[in-house]
Amino acid sequence: MDTFKKIFVKSSVGIPLAAIVLGLLFGAIVMLAGGYDPILAYTSLVQMLFGSPYDIGEAIRAITPLIFTGLAVAFAFRTGLFNIGVEGQFMMGMTGATLVGVGLELPWYLHAPLAVITGALFGGIWAGIAGYLKAKRGVNEVISSIMLNWIALFLSNFIVAKFLVQQGQQKTPDVHDSARLSMDWLVGLMGNARMHWGTFVAIICVVVFYVLLWRTKQGFELRAVGHNPDAALYAGMNVKGTLVKSMFISGIFAGLGGVFEILGVFGYQTVMAATWGYGFDGIAVALLGGNTPVGVLLGAILFGGLSYGSAGMNFGADVPQEIVRIVIGSVIFFVASHGIVKFFLKPFLSKRAEKRKEAV
Amino acid sequence: MDRNLAAVQLKGITKRFPGLVANDSIDFELKKGEIHALLGENGAGKSTLMNILFGLYQPDEGEIYVNGEKTVIDGAAKAIELGIGMVHQHFKLVQPFTVAENIVLGNEPKKGLSINYKLANEKVRDISERYGLKVDPQVRIKDITVGMQQRVEILKTLYRGAEIVIFDEPTAVLTVQEIEELIEIIRNLAAEGKSIIIITHKLKEVMALADTVTVIRRGKVVRTVSTSETDERKLAELMVGRDVSFQVEKTKNEPGKTVLSVDSLQMKGEQGKQVLNGVSFNVRAGEIVGIAGVDGNGQSELIYAITGMRQVSGGSVKLNDRDLTNKSPRKVSLAGVGHIPEDRHKHGLVLDFTLSENMILGSYFEPEFGRGVFIDYGAMDKLATKLVDEFDVRTSGIHTHARALSGGNQQKAIIARELHSDPDLLIAVQPTRGLDIGAIEYVHKRLVEARNQGKAILLVSFELDELYSLSDRIAVMYEGAIMGEVDAVHRDDQQLGLMMAGNRPERSHLEKRG
Amino acid sequence: MKKTLSTMLMLIIAATLVLSACGAKTNNEGAAGGNNEGAKEEEVKSDGSGKDFKIGMVTDVGGVHDKSFNQSAWEALEDLTAKTGAATKYLESKGDADMEPNLNKFVKDGYNLTWGIGFLFNDALSKVASENPEANLAVIDSVIEAPNVASITFAENEGSFLVGVVAGLMTKTGKIGFVGGMEIPVIKKFEAGFKAGVAAVKPEIVVDVNYTGEFGKPDLGKIAAATMYDKGIDIIFHAAGATGNGVFNEAKARKNAGDDVWVIGVDKDQSLEFGDEVTLTSMMKGVEAAVFKISQDLINGTFAGGTTQELGLKDNGVGLPETNKNLPEDVLKQVEEFKQKIIDGEITVPVEPAA
Repeated sequence: MDTFKKIFVKSSVGIPLAAIVLGLLFGAIVMLAGGYDPILAYTSLVQMLFGSPYDIGEAIRAITPLIFTGLAVAFAFRTGLFNIGVEGQFMMGMTGATLVGVGLELPWYLHAPLAVITGALFGGIWAGIAGYLKAKRGVNEVISSIMLNWIALFLSNFIVAKFLVQQGQQKTPDVHDSARLSMDWLVGLMGNARMHWGTFVAIICVVVFYVLLWRTKQGFELRAVGHNPDAALYAGMNVKGTLVKSMFISGIFAGLGGVFEILGVFGYQTVMAATWGYGFDGIAVALLGGNTPVGVLLGAILFGGLSYGSAGMNFGADVPQEIVRIVIGSVIFFVASHGIVKFFLKPFLSKRAEKRKEAV
Repeated sequence: MDRNLAAVQLKGITKRFPGLVANDSIDFELKKGEIHALLGENGAGKSTLMNILFGLYQPDEGEIYVNGEKTVIDGAAKAIELGIGMVHQHFKLVQPFTVAENIVLGNEPKKGLSINYKLANEKVRDISERYGLKVDPQVRIKDITVGMQQRVEILKTLYRGAEIVIFDEPTAVLTVQEIEELIEIIRNLAAEGKSIIIITHKLKEVMALADTVTVIRRGKVVRTVSTSETDERKLAELMVGRDVSFQVEKTKNEPGKTVLSVDSLQMKGEQGKQVLNGVSFNVRAGEIVGIAGVDGNGQSELIYAITGMRQVSGGSVKLNDRDLTNKSPRKVSLAGVGHIPEDRHKHGLVLDFTLSENMILGSYFEPEFGRGVFIDYGAMDKLATKLVDEFDVRTSGIHTHARALSGGNQQKAIIARELHSDPDLLIAVQPTRGLDIGAIEYVHKRLVEARNQGKAILLVSFELDELYSLSDRIAVMYEGAIMGEVDAVHRDDQQLGLMMAGNRPERSHLEKRG
Repeated sequence: MKKTLSTMLMLIIAATLVLSACGAKTNNEGAAGGNNEGAKEEEVKSDGSGKDFKIGMVTDVGGVHDKSFNQSAWEALEDLTAKTGAATKYLESKGDADMEPNLNKFVKDGYNLTWGIGFLFNDALSKVASENPEANLAVIDSVIEAPNVASITFAENEGSFLVGVVAGLMTKTGKIGFVGGMEIPVIKKFEAGFKAGVAAVKPEIVVDVNYTGEFGKPDLGKIAAATMYDKGIDIIFHAAGATGNGVFNEAKARKNAGDDVWVIGVDKDQSLEFGDEVTLTSMMKGVEAAVFKISQDLINGTFAGGTTQELGLKDNGVGLPETNKNLPEDVLKQVEEFKQKIIDGEITVPVEPAA
């Protein structure tokens, strides 16, 4: 319950909201300086996000993978690990799902779950490697997981190119319908936006994140190791095993993100020149969300929503992409740096509230 | 030397923090060339006061006079300019730099644009000789002992021209020998005309070192007296506000069967050095066995070996005749070993967990805290409430983070947790380190109680007084081996000292203890 | 410690976001704003024929200033605005997943034609086309069989053949190299044509081939080029997008050091960007002409929906730049002869490199 409370306490909602407003104000100044109409730009942004069922649906589609990667980063962080390899685990999740989705033919009630589980395990194992190296060999997980990102990219490309690719093409054949997880009834309702079950799974994962960490014995162990591995060791916990488990679970979140991009969004996998960046955005999302599950959800909505809606500013108000990025960047910047926002808010906060905060 | 001239005068200093008055109109006067102790329990307001003098905090009320002139100290830079230096409890040194580099840091002698290392080394050598602080200017901080590092801190203040030196709990991290050397150094400084303030809660040091002592309790000055007109007992009373018993009441207790038996333990250190070299001893039910020795002679490794934190290369550990050699910490703890670790912040508690969560740190997996994978926080809170009550842990609630508790209450929480598991053997390492008198008294009382209830207790301490007053037997460790044992009551202090320095007792002596 | 780390990270990320935005801004001189609502340029007289038309274009991740495809396409649309008064606009895709909503943005806003630039648009564009049968779409470098899509591809092998001839005739060391981006069919076409062209004039030369695996990594291009030049190769043809910029970079460095090395550019006349000192010639793709033509067709009411056009030498869809300062008359003459033979069908240029 603590985390839920934390998120809904007045100040912890107020400050991010104020931060968003400050960021938008700053963005407006930049746009004015560049000779663009900020009001029209922001109207277009909102229009792009909520203007039509299609846009709402596509915004949700853009937000979904960020929830997964944000949870992955936050989960590892709770155990004191910095999983910068979410990118690669995401790729491995995609590849696992594609292998099963394209390579096997099964009835739907087996095919889709098997594809999801395979992808999740691919992601989990990929992260587990970094966890294992950390536990047994003391290899810093930041370094090993960055390296594993590259290996994941090239391994995925190799698997796709070697076993799955269509003749004369750079992509696999489509995943069999029995493994597709798009929600066709909703796709129709949302004007052909790519709606898929991954969004629901992502929200379930938010709950799982919370329950696992704060309601189970395993979670107690994970958090103890995260806060103080020495004390955990003294208390008889298996610290090394916990590190591997934590990375594994983190990788499962990341892998699931990749799974649904394949089974829900694209339906095929291409040979890629570079990773997609959802994993790195996940770091920002986790930090925005203060590494709490609901925070990550909100952070993903903010981050994904802004980056999807930014095309609207470009489209509707002719604000060039570069200035759009400054605006989005400054909103994120203000949300991420509580200190600056508090500084701006200081004159407005009553003295009493100030004291209460310090006393905590 | 005009002893009557005040180097520092603080008048009516008041500093408020939300919900607390840390300093309540404090008057304080430091005479030139005097050693003045600032005595008080943890949280009494000593450090706040000194941080004000060093410019780290601004007082809400009151005036500061340095050398008779009223000043406002608005930062450490200003304090240094006024000739005030502070030796912090936690050193602020750059580990990979040399001694000389650390000392001149921020004030380097220049040759053109580059640092004149030769001159720096010379200057450092000069002042270190003048004050009898022997250090090699060219070694790196990371290669020298804590005691040496403290000297570097002192030299740093002197290099910057400090006339007034504040020491914050200077002996907390030092060994017995290093403390003696430090006392010598401080006396030298005073003799050279420096004015010294020592923040401490150790009565013995105050008596040994200071000319004057100001006792602070709950942010107020209780009294300022000359050490020649007082004694430890009186000071303790002033400090705690009530009568304090130094002597632990300990009745004679007939030890029972052997609980822990350690036989010829061998362990290699990280650099392949033999850190345990055939350690053998035993602890029986209903007795406290103290391990004496200078820090770094294998005491920590011995505890690691018994608790399963590190693997031994030979020998055996048995608890009630059950072999525990190289078993995992969890198995050892389940077998009936409780452990009060030396570093309660690092090893004893998860500071960002609530008090309640810390209470089940070693037992969360037990069925009483929930069946299956889920954890029963209700059962946890119930236990925590019970233990907080039973062990008198002063806290604003069981959901307070452990970090927010005072050192004494943290230690009480650990003891509560470890005793609650009803161990046959309780290992206590430096259980009173950094605690104030009231808390020390409490910890001692609890340990003796546990002994009286028939638990076997293994106590490691660097405070001989503590070992004397608690232990039934004392074993002395030196370079990874037990030099011999002495009876705590009929002990021979000289013999003990010799053993700590590495001399084996005469044959007959050993046999007598059998 | 953990707190410091997270604070630092936060600042780094925030700084990166802001700085990357700033950085992007600086290399965007003049073109800022980009989207033209009506004619801006004064020299060209608009005939106003297109003023009721709205044409949109979606870039791939390269963005509109990629000095390649996307830029060429956008220049064509800017030109179209200037000449006909049509409203044109672009959207940049930040990732593969953005392509579909970006296309939809134009389609749902009632644009008369929407372009997808590059073969990566294959799936997104065909999906959008089938969902919106009344909308007109067009795609470059990909073939989509839908009645409302005009597909444009290029016979890169034919153009590459001609620069192969140039390389064969101009090499002094008798060694020639090819640097590719990803090893994909469309790039293979470059390689096949180039090899055939070299073989047509110097059958004994074996072209050294290196695929860097990336289109956006100039550092890899530089390394590949350095390796080749070290082997004594004096002419490199690159078909590697921004990775090829590294090839030019390495060539320039060697040129300054006195080596006689050359690069053959791709897609556009790259001598305009990298200078005549190192650019021997370029294998141009007529993206700009093609985009302009198809868009113009729409305005004229002759939009070729449902057709695929492969633009080769005979359509001037591929070829050498008009001016080639570095090529002597006789070389140009031979190139012209080969060009005629290909157009006449006397020579068939292979699409896949011989094993």
